[in-house]
Amino acid sequence: MKNELLEKTIHEVSADLKAKKVSSVELTKAALDYLEEIEPKVQSFITITRDEALRRAAEADKRLASGKDVTPLTGVPIAIKDLLCTKGIRTTCASRMLETFKPPYDATVVEKLYQAGAVSVGKTNMDEFAMGSSTETSFYKKTKNPWNLNCVPGGSSGGSAACVSAGQAFASLGSDTGGSIRQPAALCGIVGLKPTYGRVSRYGLIAFASSLDQVGPFGKDVEDCAIMLGAIAGHDPMDSTSADVPVPDYAAEAKKGIKGLKIGIPKEFFPEGMNREVSVAVKDAIAQLKSLGAETVEVSLPSSPYGLAAYYVLAPSEASSNLARYDGVRYGLRIPGENIVEMYSKTRAAGFGPEVKRRIMLGTYALSSGYYDAYYVKALKVRRLIKQDYDKAFEKVDVIATPTCPNPAFRFGEKTGDPLSMYLEDIFTVSINITGLPGLSVPCGMSKSGLPIGLQLIGKAFDEATLLRTAWAYEQATEWHKQKPALKEE
Amino acid sequence: MEYEPVIGLEVHCELKTKTKLFCGCPTTFGNEANTQVCPICLGLPGTLPVMNAKAVEFAVKIGHALNCAISKYSKMDRKNYYYPDLPKAYQISQYDKPLNYAGYLEVPLKEGMKRIGITRAHLEEDAGKLVHAGGKAGRLDSSDYSLADYNRGGIPLVEIVSEPDIRSADEAYAYLTELKNILLYIDVSDCNMEEGSLRCDANVSVRPKGTEKFGTKAEIKNMNSFRFAKQAIEYEIKRQVALLEKGERVVQESRLWDVTENKTKPMRSKEEAHDYRYFPEPDLVPIVLSEDYVKKLKGQLPELPGAKRARFASKYGLTPYDAGVLTSEQELAQWFEEGAKHTKNPKGLANWIMGDMAAKMKEQEKELKDLKFDQKKLCELVDLIDAGTINSKQAKEVFAEMFDAGVSPAEVVKSRDMAQVSDPKAIEGAVDKVLAENPSVVADYKGGKQGVIGFLVGKVMQASQGKANPKLVNEILKKKLDS
Repeated sequence: MKNELLEKTIHEVSADLKAKKVSSVELTKAALDYLEEIEPKVQSFITITRDEALRRAAEADKRLASGKDVTPLTGVPIAIKDLLCTKGIRTTCASRMLETFKPPYDATVVEKLYQAGAVSVGKTNMDEFAMGSSTETSFYKKTKNPWNLNCVPGGSSGGSAACVSAGQAFASLGSDTGGSIRQPAALCGIVGLKPTYGRVSRYGLIAFASSLDQVGPFGKDVEDCAIMLGAIAGHDPMDSTSADVPVPDYAAEAKKGIKGLKIGIPKEFFPEGMNREVSVAVKDAIAQLKSLGAETVEVSLPSSPYGLAAYYVLAPSEASSNLARYDGVRYGLRIPGENIVEMYSKTRAAGFGPEVKRRIMLGTYALSSGYYDAYYVKALKVRRLIKQDYDKAFEKVDVIATPTCPNPAFRFGEKTGDPLSMYLEDIFTVSINITGLPGLSVPCGMSKSGLPIGLQLIGKAFDEATLLRTAWAYEQATEWHKQKPALKEE
Repeated sequence: MEYEPVIGLEVHCELKTKTKLFCGCPTTFGNEANTQVCPICLGLPGTLPVMNAKAVEFAVKIGHALNCAISKYSKMDRKNYYYPDLPKAYQISQYDKPLNYAGYLEVPLKEGMKRIGITRAHLEEDAGKLVHAGGKAGRLDSSDYSLADYNRGGIPLVEIVSEPDIRSADEAYAYLTELKNILLYIDVSDCNMEEGSLRCDANVSVRPKGTEKFGTKAEIKNMNSFRFAKQAIEYEIKRQVALLEKGERVVQESRLWDVTENKTKPMRSKEEAHDYRYFPEPDLVPIVLSEDYVKKLKGQLPELPGAKRARFASKYGLTPYDAGVLTSEQELAQWFEEGAKHTKNPKGLANWIMGDMAAKMKEQEKELKDLKFDQKKLCELVDLIDAGTINSKQAKEVFAEMFDAGVSPAEVVKSRDMAQVSDPKAIEGAVDKVLAENPSVVADYKGGKQGVIGFLVGKVMQASQGKANPKLVNEILKKKLDS
């Protein structure tokens, strides 16, 4: 049975915790019980950490009792994508390769959440090494979309999105390399935010593509997302690519209204023949923003059609190098061989799934001598051009609004046979990773078959506040975020 | 046909930073295996490197000392290859934008100074160390099992690549010696070859003398000392010339110097021929250096061996060779220069340092810091000789006592009553006596056998118990005999 407390948002339940209407241990128990009850249906988690969660909840209760260092996250059950290192708790990246890997350290973002008093209930399912858009490439399980259990939750952070949507956790952390937070947020009907590259530390995030990866939050609403972002953002001396830029009070910033805000509408993101339900929902959302006092301006991002191609050179190139360390020598899976080369190849053949292997091969090829200039260097040039497009657009506007994905959630197996059709799922999200800009997805509609649709908002570098402000204003005027999934097959 | 060798050297120098290049682990040598490691230098999933500022500083100093252009903007790259001593399966190095490039080194050779170009000197991380058990020849692919020690993994290295300007094994040896000396002078590395903090590979080819085109090169690895490097290069030149003489071709390959057989041998081709798939390291930001920073480091360089050598030669009237010996170690050069302040005869001081002092230090395995006497005392000895107070034979005895007991030369001379008799009257008396006692010898001399004067000098010296000034004795004897 779902405890009604679990229907609440963080900003609501946090007030209950502070007012001692409920203890963190009670809340965490309720969350874990419900989590385990519906887990067979949703399958959001690779590892559930009940004991660890209850221990942290008890600590949080002490903190709440003392009234010292209490944050909006103190005592609140959250979940963590299984590519963020957790000390002593296995971190698998949904790969057989790391089935037994227990990191000896916590990722900076995990440490920050613990410091804020958050209670982690477990590690969520994902596409293997974050490579995929449906969470189907996980070695362990297929996470279901809570709105229709026959559909995918999106990916790669599918578990993190599904668990928040289904009420297994109040919020979660995901990572976004080409859309892996925004797309599942859209498909599961919740809010997901990919921060500016460098806004959040990557230390302890198991790398897929280092120059694109960014950790970000999922929340039931915009304010929860703002609270989560505030807790994890900031410079980290352990990550030299994290930026030393002040962290505003995002939850407060979100509520400042959007009068006079200029919203750019890029025509390239509304191509001929696109899904009508998606385009109607997104256009309605833009009209809604206008009615709330924003201005809309047509902008052009002419290089964006090349974003996907550049992305599928850059991301696999970096991945081919990042994943080379899984060689069976020091940790993780090892399949013995007659000699070292045989051990390497047997280990990697058994440890990685087909999508990971495909991307390693793509990347290895793109970086090979003789091909490097034609692929990698050219992709870098495209990256610069796309960046210039956005810089130019942001001279005129404060925010850019687009659909998050071309379609609502699709069925299991629908795209697994055709990698290219799966890659096209990222068409509206990848260029934001390529430019390093922040992007957010907020629910903006429902398809006729009852599947959520997401509005993507793109902001200037380190201006997450304006994204949250826009999405919060929209959310106040609409009810999409209040709808709850039925956890039913269609 | 006469052949000319063409040699380029790649030297890896471990920097003596307290911590590793990208993490806080210590860099101490010789500790128990895998006790100086952390998630970062073990390349555990999720970890990130952070650049050690001191390593950049040391690398820039090397650039300055090798007359390089210093990049204001450089970056790190990944060099991808699989080997169990490389935990990330890529080495963080520098590819197309090295920190230092286009420099040179002036190397002292017998026939004068030679300028050898430095292509680049870039920053990178060291790999761990493997120990292979069983199998043959300590190789990974034939061992029963291998043990990996990552203590060394991630220690900062600077790779110094020379232009192919070197023309003999002797030149290579001189280049290495000078380079090591410079690195020690600027205090950025221990340059300890036994501990692997200085390592060297050589690219060797030969071509008919007088032609321009390079021959096919072989890369020689595993040369653990300068002596081995010289032997290996000598061997390799002979091997390549012999091949060409027979009408065969040199194969481009990596070869290992085999210390037991005194040969270079081909490495298994599997272990080379890599496509390293270099690309910019996305986990690190570019290295951007300000003009001020680069200038400041240049200002911090000490006087380098070459400049010191030239200055010693001109200021102290030393031969290039002597100046070279005295500047071969910074400490020695300092010791000499401090001493030179206390004597009017620095050349004499230099001779004692390089002669008796060096010999005794070597014999007793002593270093400068172990000496019981200081420069002032050694200068006192030089001055006593120059003043004619003692002769050179006595000086050796005085030196020995000073070396062993630390007593001042003047005291030794006094206590042993050694002071040379230079009073002509006293010597005249002794001469007269000897002449009177040896009439037959005197007759021989007068009869034309001038050589017998040596016998008479000896007699006078004996009579004075060695204290008479031999030069004066000689003069007075001659005067008396010839009169």
